[in-house]
Amino acid sequence: MNTANNPALQRRYRADRRFRLYGLLALAFAMSFLLFFFVDIISKAMPALQQAEVKVTVQYTEAAIENYNKAVSRLDRRVVSKSWLRSLPRLLRDNPAMIGTSEELWVLAESRVDQYLKGHDGHGLKAKYQKRVDVLQQQGYTRMAFNTGFFINGDSKLPEYAGILASAIGSVMVLLITMALAVPVGVMTAIYLEEFAPDNHFTHVVEININNLAAIPSILYGLLGLAIFINFAGVPRSSALAGGLTLALMTLPIIIISTRAALRTVPETIREAAMGVGASQLQSVWHHVLPLAMPGILTGSIIGLAQAMGETAPLLIIGMMAYIPDAPNSALQAATVLPAQIYTWSSESLRAFEERTAAGILVLLVVLLSLNGVAVWLRKRSEQTW
Amino acid sequence: MQTSDLIFWLLSGLAAMSAVTFWLCRHKATSLMHGPIRLHSQPGYYGWYGALMVLLPAVMVAVMVGVLHLFHWYTAPATLLLAVCYLIAAAGSGVALSHINVDFRARDAVERMVRGMLFGAATVSILITIGIVFSVLFESIQFFKVISFWEFITGTRWEPDTAFLIGAGREDEGGAVPHFGSVPIFAGTFMITAIAMVVAVPVGLFSAIYMSEYASNNWRNTLKPMLEILAGIPTVVYGFFAAITISPLVVQFAESIGFHADYTNALAPGLIMGIMIIPFMSSLSDDVIRAVPQSLRDGSLALGTTKAETIRHVVLPAAMPGIVAAFLIAVSRAIGETMIVVMAAGLRPNLTANPLEGMTTVTVKIVEALTGDQEFDSAFTLAAFALGMVLLIITLVLNIISSLVVRKFRQRYE
Repeated sequence: MNTANNPALQRRYRADRRFRLYGLLALAFAMSFLLFFFVDIISKAMPALQQAEVKVTVQYTEAAIENYNKAVSRLDRRVVSKSWLRSLPRLLRDNPAMIGTSEELWVLAESRVDQYLKGHDGHGLKAKYQKRVDVLQQQGYTRMAFNTGFFINGDSKLPEYAGILASAIGSVMVLLITMALAVPVGVMTAIYLEEFAPDNHFTHVVEININNLAAIPSILYGLLGLAIFINFAGVPRSSALAGGLTLALMTLPIIIISTRAALRTVPETIREAAMGVGASQLQSVWHHVLPLAMPGILTGSIIGLAQAMGETAPLLIIGMMAYIPDAPNSALQAATVLPAQIYTWSSESLRAFEERTAAGILVLLVVLLSLNGVAVWLRKRSEQTW
Repeated sequence: MQTSDLIFWLLSGLAAMSAVTFWLCRHKATSLMHGPIRLHSQPGYYGWYGALMVLLPAVMVAVMVGVLHLFHWYTAPATLLLAVCYLIAAAGSGVALSHINVDFRARDAVERMVRGMLFGAATVSILITIGIVFSVLFESIQFFKVISFWEFITGTRWEPDTAFLIGAGREDEGGAVPHFGSVPIFAGTFMITAIAMVVAVPVGLFSAIYMSEYASNNWRNTLKPMLEILAGIPTVVYGFFAAITISPLVVQFAESIGFHADYTNALAPGLIMGIMIIPFMSSLSDDVIRAVPQSLRDGSLALGTTKAETIRHVVLPAAMPGIVAAFLIAVSRAIGETMIVVMAAGLRPNLTANPLEGMTTVTVKIVEALTGDQEFDSAFTLAAFALGMVLLIITLVLNIISSLVVRKFRQRYE
């Protein structure tokens, strides 16, 4: 029989190739989404790296101490940022020698001016000020400078002055608390279940329970945090402590599961050899199994940390989307975290907040992807075939 | 004294005392060793024994007093508590020192205590579950005292805005009666979940088939981490992307083919949620497909089938239980997903089959109820806990079914 020209066989071969193509298409779909997503977010975030500044003449007069608006000409009042104007009276009170002088200064522009200069639709700048900005631009009195403020300021109602520092510090505080609680308890639980637990009813219940906890939607941990930590135990609402405790509970199952997997990869012969030379069970675990499993445990902890860092829903429930202009300096003060800051900015109506949201997202993604990269690298480096 | 001060003094005091005791005990142990006399354990174990004897009883007492305080059964004055804990620690130190002699087996004692601590850590996970169940259960019971369970389950109107009147004892004043019918909310949840599954199941499954059956090892090792990036992107980012980029695209596309779409349509969050879930679907399916014994494939190929026929008629049916389990886990992820729908789906409960209209979900309503400025014990906020309870039950049931299915699958091939 001539197989090459058999139509039925040809059809089957075509079906075979088609099937393989579906798989490739599925992967191509996922990858092209990833590409589209990153291009979109980056292109939305890039404008926020630059911030408009304008050069204005400042009159340091007595009157400016009482009414900061009087420091610049009437037309420029709505062109410069209010955050800068508001800082003037204090500057003058601290440096009385400046009163009576005037100078030309590059100052932060108002967000609408910034959006207008960047050519974004919906900038919302009135025609009167558009003309003024055009004049300034022709004189060379406008420029785009690197947006340092975004990285060193806290939240603000004025988009041009809003930054991520306060929320980044909040994130670090929350994560420190989360890790301090979840890693030790998680690793201890995993050691118990993997190395010591007798095969009884209690152990089974704990194991099933941990799998269920890993599947519970994160928002329910928020309900737990609200009902137990805040309403019952009296932890201050919106505080980094409340957030850290809640995220610790959420991260715990992830850490337990990955630590158990890491402990399981250590071959039984290591334990037997340790016990063979007279070590107790605990000594064999502490001196031999744990050090060998350490890279795996670390990888799991980093992945858990990354997940906790990107989590928003439970933190909204416990009030961590508060307006935080200054970084908190204790775990009991109201704080916010990076993802919650992104959420609050995304619900602001001013157009200028959109690019700040995207820039915040970019910062968050860079941190999370590098954490995951470190985890993957650690796993690769320590991969061991016994 | 503030609670934080109390905790600080307690911990620093105990740490100092245990350090001193560690040193004293180790010193006593080493001083026992001279000439032919050898101890059972290494000196360090005697030190640790002392340190643990200082820490454990005192911390346990402090925790117990804390629990009593939280339940409002008994509140000890802070200074008294501190003094008692220090005393217990000192007593522990004395007892430990007196125990140490030539015959004392310190290592055994330390190992017993460490095992106890490990066991204690393992019970924490049980406490968390109890905590979650109780926190939603108690508030839900409060809710169902006011609103009938039947209305909650079968009602088709969700109009809770006047619920504060009940809390204020003014429900007889003739204002609009609040309605807590959750059917439209669950309809929205299932609609968005269904859209997500329509995206995630084919893409995830075919990716898994390609990676496990066709791709070379190298290819697979690059593709898999890239797919997993999708699961690592925070949901708040997906929410922003769905609301700002995808939603307008959906609206434009709908208008170009002559339909009207809301900006809060269910399609945009559903699609994005589906993409988020692809890695769950693909990596779980990948695992089970690879667990199907090679002998099944070889047998089928030996009969002259093509590779695609082998996969369709032999590998996939064999892996089906695992794929079903992956599907159930993916569904429970989609139902519990919050940020995407909070940011991109609507707030208005809407009982419709049209995915281009705005719909709302369980998680959106929970967030809405608990981030507003309503009184905590109004029916409006309590409703969030009732919804949370239903969410908890659904996820647990889905998870238990999927783990049973997986266990069956494992047993068949091991």
